[in-house]
Amino acid sequence: MDEVFLAILLLVDATIRVATPLVLAAFAALYGERAGVVDIGLEGKMLAGAFFAAAVASSTGNPWLGLLAGIAASVALSLVHGFACITHNGNQVVSGMAINILVAGLAPTLAYAWFHQGGQTPLLPSSARLPQVHLPGVEVLSPIPVIGPIYREIFDDANVLIWLTVLVVIATHWVLTRTRFGLRLRAVGESPAAVDTAGISVTKLRYQAVIITGVLTGVAGAYLSTAHGAGFVRDMTAGKGYLALAALIFGKWRPWPTLFACLLFAFTDAVQVRLQGVPLPVVGVIPVQFIQMLPYVLTVLLLAGFVGKAVAPKASGIPYVKER
Amino acid sequence: MPDAPTAAATLTPPALETRGVNKWFGANHANRDVSLAVPKGTIHGVIGENGAGKSTIMSIVYGYLPADSGEILVDGRPVAVKSPRDALAAGVGMVHQHFMLVDPFTVLENVLLGAEGGVTLAAGMERARAELVRLARDYGLEVDLDRPVGELPVGAQQRVEILKALYRGADILILDEPTGVLTPQETDHLFRILRALREQGKTIVIITHKLREIMELTDNVTVMRRGEVVANVRTAETSKEQLAELMVGRKVLLRVEKAPAQPGPVVLEVSGLTLRDRSGVERVKGVGFSVRAGEIVGIAGVSGNGQSELLEALAGMRPVAGGSVRLRGEELADRPGLFNAKALRGLRVGHVPEDRQKVGLITSFEARENAILGHHDDQAYNGRVLMDRAAVLSRCEAEMEAYDVRPRDARLRAANFSGGNQQKIVLAREIERNPDLLLVGQPTRGVDIGAIEFIHKRLVRLRDEGKAILLVSVELDEIVSLSDRILVMFDGRLMGEVAPNDAALEQIERRLGLMMAGVEAAA
Repeated sequence: MDEVFLAILLLVDATIRVATPLVLAAFAALYGERAGVVDIGLEGKMLAGAFFAAAVASSTGNPWLGLLAGIAASVALSLVHGFACITHNGNQVVSGMAINILVAGLAPTLAYAWFHQGGQTPLLPSSARLPQVHLPGVEVLSPIPVIGPIYREIFDDANVLIWLTVLVVIATHWVLTRTRFGLRLRAVGESPAAVDTAGISVTKLRYQAVIITGVLTGVAGAYLSTAHGAGFVRDMTAGKGYLALAALIFGKWRPWPTLFACLLFAFTDAVQVRLQGVPLPVVGVIPVQFIQMLPYVLTVLLLAGFVGKAVAPKASGIPYVKER
Repeated sequence: MPDAPTAAATLTPPALETRGVNKWFGANHANRDVSLAVPKGTIHGVIGENGAGKSTIMSIVYGYLPADSGEILVDGRPVAVKSPRDALAAGVGMVHQHFMLVDPFTVLENVLLGAEGGVTLAAGMERARAELVRLARDYGLEVDLDRPVGELPVGAQQRVEILKALYRGADILILDEPTGVLTPQETDHLFRILRALREQGKTIVIITHKLREIMELTDNVTVMRRGEVVANVRTAETSKEQLAELMVGRKVLLRVEKAPAQPGPVVLEVSGLTLRDRSGVERVKGVGFSVRAGEIVGIAGVSGNGQSELLEALAGMRPVAGGSVRLRGEELADRPGLFNAKALRGLRVGHVPEDRQKVGLITSFEARENAILGHHDDQAYNGRVLMDRAAVLSRCEAEMEAYDVRPRDARLRAANFSGGNQQKIVLAREIERNPDLLLVGQPTRGVDIGAIEFIHKRLVRLRDEGKAILLVSVELDEIVSLSDRILVMFDGRLMGEVAPNDAALEQIERRLGLMMAGVEAAA
């Protein structure tokens, strides 16, 4: 019994760790899309964040400087996206894809040039990775059944960015529903003309939104390379940016359902890792490749079947051009 | 014509004044030295045809568009209006033709947007709620503050726009074509609100092309034509005819001149016709009527009472749930092989759809392609394999000549013609095929006075040639002046027939209004 319980706890723990970058990226996109800027370049920005975080952490030995570098790189790309799509009314999908393709090639190239390790950054020592937060009282609580193991396995020693992500989720909900900025952000994604005629700058609001997108994606990238992993590896985002967009759509652009969608995707991923090489009843051992497909198959099924009525913010993806 | 200051204006500077405002859109000189003055506490009309520059000048005043030169004064003081924010700060509010509302937001959130009163919303919400209740009471601007705006009827949405402006402290309220989307009852309600605002000392500017509204509501009128102010007059000292002439630049016939109808045999006979929409709701509930050769039968009613569905069904665009439709005595309702848009064309039924942009035309196609839509299979336009482009072109050019479509360019995309010229392209296509029955929906919606005159004359001529015409329009004026018989439709039923009588025009309109409001349904 205890072993099953422990296995479940470990699965939950793994889910949270896998979910963190997804949640960060999905919430990043939430800000952009609620403001009317679709960001398919999430993947590329996350990859850039991962690379620059690992590169700076590796060179300076300071993971916090790495985190800042990751954020800076991601924000810079966000501004490029904003310049193309907001200032010049460019096509948002084209701009986003351009960013993805650019970073997919640029990051390994720079890594190769700077570190000579075949397109990776050196393995980071634990001092150059973002720390885990050790909670007090683990020894005291540990013997208590149920609560003890939950506290020990899930809450204690969680990475600092996991806690930050929890804050981001709560703050996002609050910002969207309770603040002036949130009201304007939601309005500009639905009806930019209404915002414009109310005397508020559409351009400024949308830039603010894409900058937030950049910051959060940068953190997501830094998490991958300096918290969850220990260095940058080529293509280490592995489609998480797209998965985050799918979670956002599945969550109908609302914070709590989006969080749920991210956790669901992360859960299937955690299960998938557990199932690799394990003989299952009836079917036996399933080839690893099929197990690894699980989260993506789930994405396709959910998006095709269950979210038929998902209504995107009305002005999402449409540049704002004044009518005469 | 001299300016027409009111008694108040001689003592105080005008609430709003523009001096020598110019605006170009590329090569198009949209505003040419526009100077106008609106005395404080009055309702001021700005009238002109589409493209006369009346919306442009007001967008400039509101800071939505930048002027190329010129000056704007509020209460006699020059103001630099660079954005709507500056205009709002100077006390100028605007209700746009297309509402600037966020549909999923509640009324309260819409009013609050841009005037939140703090970083968080809670405090501002309470203040706004109290203030809006007061405004609603003072001016008759009732709306449910907690309903999403998208669920409200258009009349209520417009009240939200007015509330937005008033909540921001607007003393001058500009309304751009405010009645275009309103029912007659909603229009009356709006006018009551505007008069109440005037009594409280607010200044109102109303942009419109409807002469009747100008005469009914305003104190002074500015007439614009091709970007210029051509006249400033007192409403009491002018007439519809004079204003129309100023707008168009020549004499215009406002009333259609026509001889009494000479009805022939019945062409269309409908009985017990029932139509359902996609969700199964009955939209037309067993209507019956007939249209004879040589007469125009008008169907009046507030939009959304089943007229559109009826017209579409008769044009073969919508399935029939029950009842009978006879064309020249031949039953169509149970014969899908005959009762569809393509077959009906062969049966000499023409259809001018209500929505020319979505149904009547393919706006991204050239005029000549639009001129043969639905007839593109005709031998006349087809060779053995390829289309006969020369034949298509000459056909379109001939129609453009006959209907005075401007510019006379058959290769121009339909989207680039003005509303009136688009409508002429559709009318030419349908009428020049010499139909026995013409179904016409909203023939002059968004069309200039000059073009309205032409379209009305053409329809009457078609009638005089012995054709049957079924006309659906929400414009009562149009129905009354064109029709030989008027049927009133309400809630999917025909509520009775009215003879259009010149002497009793006003009375009929009132009666129509009452019937539409459903008073006779209860009686």
